[in-house]
Amino acid sequence: MATTLTINGKKTQVDAAEGTPLLWVLRDHLKMTGTKFGCSVGQCGSCTVHLDGNPVRSCILPHDQLGDAQITTIEGAATTAAEAIREAWIAADVPQCGYCQSGQIMTATALLESNPNPSDDDIDEAMNGNLCRCATYLSIRRGIKDAAKRLA
Amino acid sequence: MFQKHFAPPPAASTALDPSSPLSRRGFMKTSGVFVLAVSLVGRLQAQEKDVAGALTQVAGGDATPSLWISIEPDGTVKITCHRSEMGQQTWTAMGQIVADELDADWQDVKIIQALGHPKYGDQNTDGSRSVRYNFHRLRVAGAAMRSMLEAAAAAHWGIAASECHANLGQVTRDGSRDRLSYGELAEAAGKLEVPAEADVQLKSRDQWRYIGKPIPSLTVPKIVRGQGTFGIDVDRPNMVHAVVARPPQVFGEIETVDDSQAKAVKGVLQTVRLPKPAAPALFQPLGGIAVVATDTWAAISGRKKLAITWNKGPNAGYNSDTYREQLEATARQPGKVERNRGDAPTAISNSKRTVTAEYYVPNLSHSQMEPVNATAEWNGDKLEVWACVQDPQNTRGVLAGFFEISPENITVNATWLGGAFGRKSKPDFAVEAAFISREVGRPVKVTWTREDDLQHGYYHAVSAQRFEAALAENGDCTALLNRVVYPSIGSTFAPGFNTPANWELGLGASDIPFNTPNLRTEAGEAEAHVRIGWLRSVTNIQQVFALYSFVAEMAHAAGRDPKDYLLDLIGEPRLIDPKTEGADYPNYDASLDDYPIDTGRLAHVGKTAAKMAGWGRKLPKGHGLGIAVHRSFVCYVATVIEVKVSPDGTLSIPGIWLAVDAGTIVNTRHAVAQMEGGTIFGLSNALYGEITAKDGAIEQANFPDWRLMRMAESPEALEVEIVDSTERPGGLGEPATPVAAPALANAIFAATGKRIRSLPILGPTGTKLDLG
Repeated sequence: MATTLTINGKKTQVDAAEGTPLLWVLRDHLKMTGTKFGCSVGQCGSCTVHLDGNPVRSCILPHDQLGDAQITTIEGAATTAAEAIREAWIAADVPQCGYCQSGQIMTATALLESNPNPSDDDIDEAMNGNLCRCATYLSIRRGIKDAAKRLA
Repeated sequence: MFQKHFAPPPAASTALDPSSPLSRRGFMKTSGVFVLAVSLVGRLQAQEKDVAGALTQVAGGDATPSLWISIEPDGTVKITCHRSEMGQQTWTAMGQIVADELDADWQDVKIIQALGHPKYGDQNTDGSRSVRYNFHRLRVAGAAMRSMLEAAAAAHWGIAASECHANLGQVTRDGSRDRLSYGELAEAAGKLEVPAEADVQLKSRDQWRYIGKPIPSLTVPKIVRGQGTFGIDVDRPNMVHAVVARPPQVFGEIETVDDSQAKAVKGVLQTVRLPKPAAPALFQPLGGIAVVATDTWAAISGRKKLAITWNKGPNAGYNSDTYREQLEATARQPGKVERNRGDAPTAISNSKRTVTAEYYVPNLSHSQMEPVNATAEWNGDKLEVWACVQDPQNTRGVLAGFFEISPENITVNATWLGGAFGRKSKPDFAVEAAFISREVGRPVKVTWTREDDLQHGYYHAVSAQRFEAALAENGDCTALLNRVVYPSIGSTFAPGFNTPANWELGLGASDIPFNTPNLRTEAGEAEAHVRIGWLRSVTNIQQVFALYSFVAEMAHAAGRDPKDYLLDLIGEPRLIDPKTEGADYPNYDASLDDYPIDTGRLAHVGKTAAKMAGWGRKLPKGHGLGIAVHRSFVCYVATVIEVKVSPDGTLSIPGIWLAVDAGTIVNTRHAVAQMEGGTIFGLSNALYGEITAKDGAIEQANFPDWRLMRMAESPEALEVEIVDSTERPGGLGEPATPVAAPALANAIFAATGKRIRSLPILGPTGTKLDLG
């Protein structure tokens, strides 16, 4: 059954089985592979995208229940906060392998959009759902603070 | 005017460019040139055999410039990286080494990921060896190319080469404004003879532009935009997706299967039975049945509908609780002597003061964020694979062996690796993909779900360690006995391999650097019931946890400061050779002449970290400092951890101070990143990590049954000091991991008086230390 999704501002038709999570629609059907698969149970955050600006786990989000919500992926994240995060990430080489970083960046971007000057605790709370086995957590903390400064 | 003379070359590369992995095949077809080496312009038609040049005998392997460097007419410098990029920034490091000696402009550098092929020499990207194995040869390759460019310029100008100097992508003529770009010189340079190593002039250290500098990563600008190709991102025309239902027990097999419901799922195309592996496990697929579908989710959904009864096979008796008792019982019996100085058992039995302790570390999982996966495609009897493998060359060999075809018919493209930590140097998943693809007759991507990755891994060995020591009246250690018991990685590769291999013992057991007059290392037998594999820092994990916990236990028994006691045990600066005391010690595959065990360097990092931490300062109530030092992967690391434990047992880590001496360092920024990541990797394992088996099947299914450290639990601060050194480069990817656990356990003891001897400290659900 064809479903129309609004992804990165563009209406997009997809024909995936009922209940297929948004993650696999993005990756396998639309070839938008920036959003990563990590666990399928909403525990690791690698698949984080924005739904109407809020960070959500696309691995547990049935694509056919999203109506006309605005979906933003790493490929389409282009707000000033998203670009500030990218600049900070590049300036300090925040990522290591980078696999979880699409999700980290989407979560961090949503944080800065709702809280432009987060405290350490705010950062820990917002980012705690995003795992990184390379353990770039300290770099991410520093990166978010740097991005906040760039936005100020 | 030079554009005409230096005509544009035909296509130069067959290596996979991860930025455009799909364009390569079409590109090759249209170019009509089959080039196996990334070559200098002018040497493009070089076939593999021609790669052997004047520089094949350089330490580390072939340094022939055309194997590593290609210069385009526009000046782009393509540097082949034959190591796999998995976050350690090997693209950047290999690029820095070549570009420095080549005197290229960093802006012109583009990395080409090498295919798996023996011509590159060792491609096994583990053991923290990429820089150590390639530093010299890549310098030689870069410098040889630089001298060829200078010679080409000299010929063009009709002057002596000594009057020409390479500088940032150009060759200048002394005493004039004349200059020729590398792009303009490339074709002519490529026609010159490659100089002999003795004629290659390497830069002096003070001339380095890139080596030793915090050069930014070449991968991060793509990563932040969701670009770059990990294994799981590979796509091929006409590709289908597969997941596999594998036997819960190693060497189990399907008894009966009904796939009719699975095939009824929308998108499911067919199922494929995989062959049951014969022991030893090697890198064979585990067997079971694949569900092939039009997308990954359909394959996963179809797999849920399979009705399978399993024959549990020979490992169904493996239960972690009873296995632990066996390991501990073995550790209490004399084992095989692996190193001996004096007579530790007699000294201990005759001593009035003894200390004894036993330590336990469970099975652990790599759980890299990108689960293993691979894509395979057959074209007649030719096989091409794209996969997140740490060793594409060995993957090619394994595929050749499994399918009994010539390696020349197999192409293995290494993608980016979304974490690896040793799991991805075991290419069973690539064999799976190739097998299923052959059966289906289409390109197939096999994706392992998180459950697959956790339950069908190559696990870090579960272990028991026992230490006994004799203390003199003044508290000095006069005899030390360590006995280690764990299933060997060798069991995965050879039947009956039931005692630790020499190189496993050499990672923290047979290389103890202490000056105690009596010292003995023993090993006991243990049989494996799951696939045992290497995980970041390998047996250092358990052996170093036990060793440096025990040092602090001895210090406590002696009533001495644990840092001072540790430094006393290490003693005066000297070189140690465990081989003189009966150890079959491989020294991380390095010679002890090149990479001695230097207690002076070990003590120095210990003193440095202690100073950074303010060792001895007055701490707030509930705080404690712990220290551990260790040489691993020919690199010296010391870590001091401060913990804070509140009265209810809540644990936090206000600070960590780490000193590292890895000899010459190529990239200081990425060295620090490895120290941070490696430390937290060790902390995560120590606090939370435990894989258990029941009736031979792994019990943990997904996060959070298997728990990783999260940001809120991470250290509040971690300070790294790099010891300035001109010694040969050592490893950086692993050496921070082993010391984290004992430093943490020692800090907890200092804060609370509670001694941790069994890991994990908190486990999958724990939030507080049990202070009872």
